[in-house]
Amino acid sequence: MSDTIRDAVKAFVIENFLFGDSSNPLADTDSLIENGIIDSTGVLELVAFIEDRYGITVADADIMPANLDSLARITAFIASKTAAPASA
Amino acid sequence: MTAAIAHRGPDAQGFFATEDAGLGHARLSIVGLGDGQQPMSDASGELTIAFNGEIFNYVELREELQARGRRFRTASDTEVILHLYDEMGEDCLSLLNGDFAFAIWDARRRRMVLARDRMGVRPMFYTRQGERFYFASEVKALLQVPGVSAEIDPVALDQIFTLWAPIAPRTAFRDICELEPAQLMIVQESGVSTRPYWQLDYPDQGAPSRHRCEREAAEELRALLTEATRIRMRADVPVGSYLSGGLDSSITSALAVGMAPGGLRTFSVTFDSAEHDESEFQLEMARALGTQHSAVACREGDIAAVFPEVIRFTERPIIRTAPAPLFKLSGLVREAGLKVVLTGEGADEVFAGYDIFKENRVRRFCARQPGSRIRPHLFRKLYPYLPGLRQQSAEYLASFFGANGHPLGDPLYSHRPRLDGTAATKLFFSGDLRASLANYDAADEMASRLPERFARWHPLHQAQYLEARFLLPGYILSSQGDRMAMAHGIEGRFPFLDHKLVEFAAGLPPEMKLKGLVEKHILREATKDLLPPSIGKRSKQPYRAPDSASFVGAGAADYVEAALSETAIAANGLFNPKAVAKLHEKCRARPASGFRDNAAFVGILSTQLWLEAFTDAGSQSSKAA
Repeated sequence: MSDTIRDAVKAFVIENFLFGDSSNPLADTDSLIENGIIDSTGVLELVAFIEDRYGITVADADIMPANLDSLARITAFIASKTAAPASA
Repeated sequence: MTAAIAHRGPDAQGFFATEDAGLGHARLSIVGLGDGQQPMSDASGELTIAFNGEIFNYVELREELQARGRRFRTASDTEVILHLYDEMGEDCLSLLNGDFAFAIWDARRRRMVLARDRMGVRPMFYTRQGERFYFASEVKALLQVPGVSAEIDPVALDQIFTLWAPIAPRTAFRDICELEPAQLMIVQESGVSTRPYWQLDYPDQGAPSRHRCEREAAEELRALLTEATRIRMRADVPVGSYLSGGLDSSITSALAVGMAPGGLRTFSVTFDSAEHDESEFQLEMARALGTQHSAVACREGDIAAVFPEVIRFTERPIIRTAPAPLFKLSGLVREAGLKVVLTGEGADEVFAGYDIFKENRVRRFCARQPGSRIRPHLFRKLYPYLPGLRQQSAEYLASFFGANGHPLGDPLYSHRPRLDGTAATKLFFSGDLRASLANYDAADEMASRLPERFARWHPLHQAQYLEARFLLPGYILSSQGDRMAMAHGIEGRFPFLDHKLVEFAAGLPPEMKLKGLVEKHILREATKDLLPPSIGKRSKQPYRAPDSASFVGAGAADYVEAALSETAIAANGLFNPKAVAKLHEKCRARPASGFRDNAAFVGILSTQLWLEAFTDAGSQSSKAA
């Protein structure tokens, strides 16, 4: 499940923020901000992607680097939300 | 060569030639209409000058020269320079208050003396071809010289995609250099030498200031600004004024209105989008001053319509479209029959008006307590017009602005978020271009150009220096300033860049300029009686224009598809064709993209247009597409 989410998120990041440049050695724990991959508008694009793709609502309080600033964090965040939709 | 820049001087052309040197001049007649033809020689015939610009204190200098027995044959400021040079040589530069780029052929010493004004209002480019040295106000004149090629300089492209402009003397053209502001160059048989004749300086941090009383400082500022405006109203033709609706041009217009015989004409640009339009404030100010006001509308599609022509005049790729509306504005002034306007440019550099100065302060404030969940919310207050920030948490805000953990000792600390954010556009560089730039870092080069005394300045003054030394001459006064105005034969004049005012402002304590998070505090204090409160208390509204949105949707122009096609991008070899295609698609689908995407889109498109305008290869790749 997590691998599937991770692959989908990585594909979105490469397509939408790196414009198909898959040569970028993006590790799962690399910071998207510190590596210049995402900016303030990009965070909102990422949130829209998560909501559209996984049918969840990302609360304002959840829009934090701790949840969204690397592939690993995004994957874990989505997994937690989709695993327990009733409590989300 | 002169014909190539006839737009800068449509009123007359003149030429001078000897066995050793030649000068050509395209004249915009403003002072000494009947007798100011150039190139102009002195009575001995040994000194000959070609001069672009104005010496605003020429009246006083002329009186002093006459008192010393000097006799004048014309009423022009040009002749004043000749007399001063005859008396003092290149030391005369210290006496000139003006915006100028000139060349004096000194036959006695068989040398050409070139000089450029202190802040970089008037341009000067040069190149060598074999044993010959050529110079001109615009690059397109130098491209007329047989053998001079128009190849792009990859390092300049890296600088533009990081710093917004090349660092002089580098230009976008590999074979062509730019004389830096406040520089003197002497060209003679034994070689070429260059040196600064003036430097922007600030007091050491913590050093006692002579400006302890705010009221007295405000009075002194008002007197200097009034005088700077007064001497910039000197002309034998009417002088108008740009009126953006913001504080700075409102002040210059308010000061000028009483100095304009026959009344002041003001000029504005308006936008369809409420996000960019300031017409409400423009009209309010024009009514308050009683000026004869004219506006040109910048509607959907207008930026795209003029953009190729804009790039032909900027002569460099640009990452914002903001010059385009100013191109239309100068056209409006020309249609109105004027050829001189005051502008409010320079106030933000001199009196700390830009958001980046406040951002620097907030970042340092946050750095004092890393992890604070309250302090980063101040960033939202700085950029209310950026929708991407509205919904962000304190943690994200701190991360976007590098507020936690970035070394405070970095000389570029104030500008790091902007530099990093802009450099992210280099994602679109092709593999070949990246390889040619391996180990090069434009920000490192910027840091290497800083004077040793920089480290002793207050953080606000360091940030002000970075703006005034790099972005002001490289982009604001060039791509948005001289080049857009002169495209229509319009001379812009900048009271806030009078060097006496610049030196005064540099010496003011930082808190008089940026008081808390209120920008240009002392300027507001000094001019509050001139403006309606709604203008005087306005927060800085950055001058912006729609970027990628100008080139997609209903405003899309045919040339955009051709310039950004995979074939054209691949043919020029500078960018990754597939990545550019995806960017184009993204901007079409979502015109309100973020800064990186917008800057990349405009930068790539303008580079393609630059190649098409100036190089044979670019022209052919576009046709092939």
